[in-house]
Amino acid sequence: MKVSRWLADHWVMGVALLVLGYLSLPIAVVAALSFNRPSSRLSYDFNEFTLDNWRQPCATSDMCDAVVRSVQIGFIATVVATVLGTLMAFALVRHRFTGRSGINVLIFLPMATPELVMGTSLLALFVSAGVPQGFWTVVIAHVMFCVSFVVVTVKARLAGMDRRLEEAAADLYASPWQTFRLVTLPLVLPGIVAAALLAFSLSFDDFIITNFNAGTTVTFPMYVWGAAQRGIPPQVNVIGTAMFAIALLLVGLSSLRGRRARRHTLPVAAATGRRAKSPS
Amino acid sequence: MTALAHVPTSTGQPAPPPPPPRGGRHRLLPYLLLLPGAAWLLLFFAVPLFQLAAASLYDPAGSLSTGYALTWAFGNYPDAVQAYWPQLGRSFLYAGIALVLGLLMGYPLAYAIAQKAGRWKNLLLVCVVAPMFTSFLVRTLAWKTILSDNGWLVGLLRDVHLLGPDGRLLATPVAVVLGLTYNFLPFLVLPLYASLERLDYRLLEAAGDLYASPVQTFRRVTLPLSMPGLIAGTLLFFIPATGDYINAELLGTPNEYMIGNVIDSAFLVRLDYPQGAALSFLLMAAILAVVFVYLRRAGTEEVL
Repeated sequence: MKVSRWLADHWVMGVALLVLGYLSLPIAVVAALSFNRPSSRLSYDFNEFTLDNWRQPCATSDMCDAVVRSVQIGFIATVVATVLGTLMAFALVRHRFTGRSGINVLIFLPMATPELVMGTSLLALFVSAGVPQGFWTVVIAHVMFCVSFVVVTVKARLAGMDRRLEEAAADLYASPWQTFRLVTLPLVLPGIVAAALLAFSLSFDDFIITNFNAGTTVTFPMYVWGAAQRGIPPQVNVIGTAMFAIALLLVGLSSLRGRRARRHTLPVAAATGRRAKSPS
Repeated sequence: MTALAHVPTSTGQPAPPPPPPRGGRHRLLPYLLLLPGAAWLLLFFAVPLFQLAAASLYDPAGSLSTGYALTWAFGNYPDAVQAYWPQLGRSFLYAGIALVLGLLMGYPLAYAIAQKAGRWKNLLLVCVVAPMFTSFLVRTLAWKTILSDNGWLVGLLRDVHLLGPDGRLLATPVAVVLGLTYNFLPFLVLPLYASLERLDYRLLEAAGDLYASPVQTFRRVTLPLSMPGLIAGTLLFFIPATGDYINAELLGTPNEYMIGNVIDSAFLVRLDYPQGAALSFLLMAAILAVVFVYLRRAGTEEVL
């Protein structure tokens, strides 16, 4: 009786943990394989422990070139998409204007369209316009699919913000610019940073759209794709593990900062923080 | 607004009504703010779709080197379907099976995190998102190791006779569907979680007090209240899964190829632009049709 009661209470959690295991398994394998000395180029099995891959991550220099290129593209695309998307988010949340629903559809559609369709249509455009494909066509494509995600992320932050803080600043004789710089921007900044991180990770990891628009430019995902036919160097798993570790570190740091900020902020900011979080 | 657009936000609350315009100077401001982003999306998202439509009607006799003529060759569509209907059907079949598997796994996971996890909630959420921290392709390749013929999983399944002595997982439809499920599961779980997190536990207790069985409580209370997240999640899962060809390429064989593989090779290997464009457009139309029917059946007007 006791066992069945316990099972009835906890089976959902049990299933959830199993599913989390399914989700985490490949990462564990990637991390393990980063310490592997493969028996042959086309082997995917764990053979022998080694630290060589971590000591010489750039043993295959093509791969590191591809990583650098992905970082460059990701950086430029993130900056442009974050600026464009943030401006749009401000317009959508703070202003009343005609054509709002049209703009909303324009922002929503790229998120709902299969990447394959966006990639091939952009390819059709570039080819018919005679634009040579390469680094900059990839940047253009990445900005395009990142903008919508930036808008949605920043919009959520802006919508949850307490307008009374800005009104208070104005009442205290702050100019509109001062209000924006000293009140609005600091409050929206976490949303903008989150949006930028999202944009960078989307850009860095994109394969399908990039593949159609890169010409001879090779990004990291394209390198992995090409290498999958010829044999994957184990260093690919080093990059994969390092990416994971960096992202995890960022998440850990931000949650620590969030906890400390909550402890040390003025009551007003703490109150608005709580307000922004609680669903109405 | 659309439910999909709210997905990445965990607080899906509606925006407060914008303040009334305050003067002439402000009338133009929203348009100035919108202009660069909207222009980018128009130029590099909307215009290319028309270009794709045009390319799908090019004369199939043309080639990249001699140039294409727009001859309104609607015959490209039936020709493409006739040549590649197995791949087209397979895309929807695999994505559909993966979606069912995803729901069976994702719903309990989202529910457990939202309602049962307590102070572990954030940690578990990070675990759901964590796979996306590292490269999609590298993770998919890891499945190659997990499912390989001399891996422990195949060995185990052979030992318990779930697989024959020569049975394999890699290079089978099972591997492709497992890969699809794995890759898109977080997109299903996150919106579901957002919906379930706002579910008031007292409603479930009330249902229990009124003698509803757990199954009834789920069907009559939990499920209807999680509908917005469920709809958004299934779309976020199904749309990219149908268009995916990475799993079929890396974990399957040409026998498991989906429509994406065909489109990829039409554009990048065979350089048959009219056919690639026709298939691409067809894929979008088919997905839109499925999504539309689904939304009508799901009976919500909140989405789209």
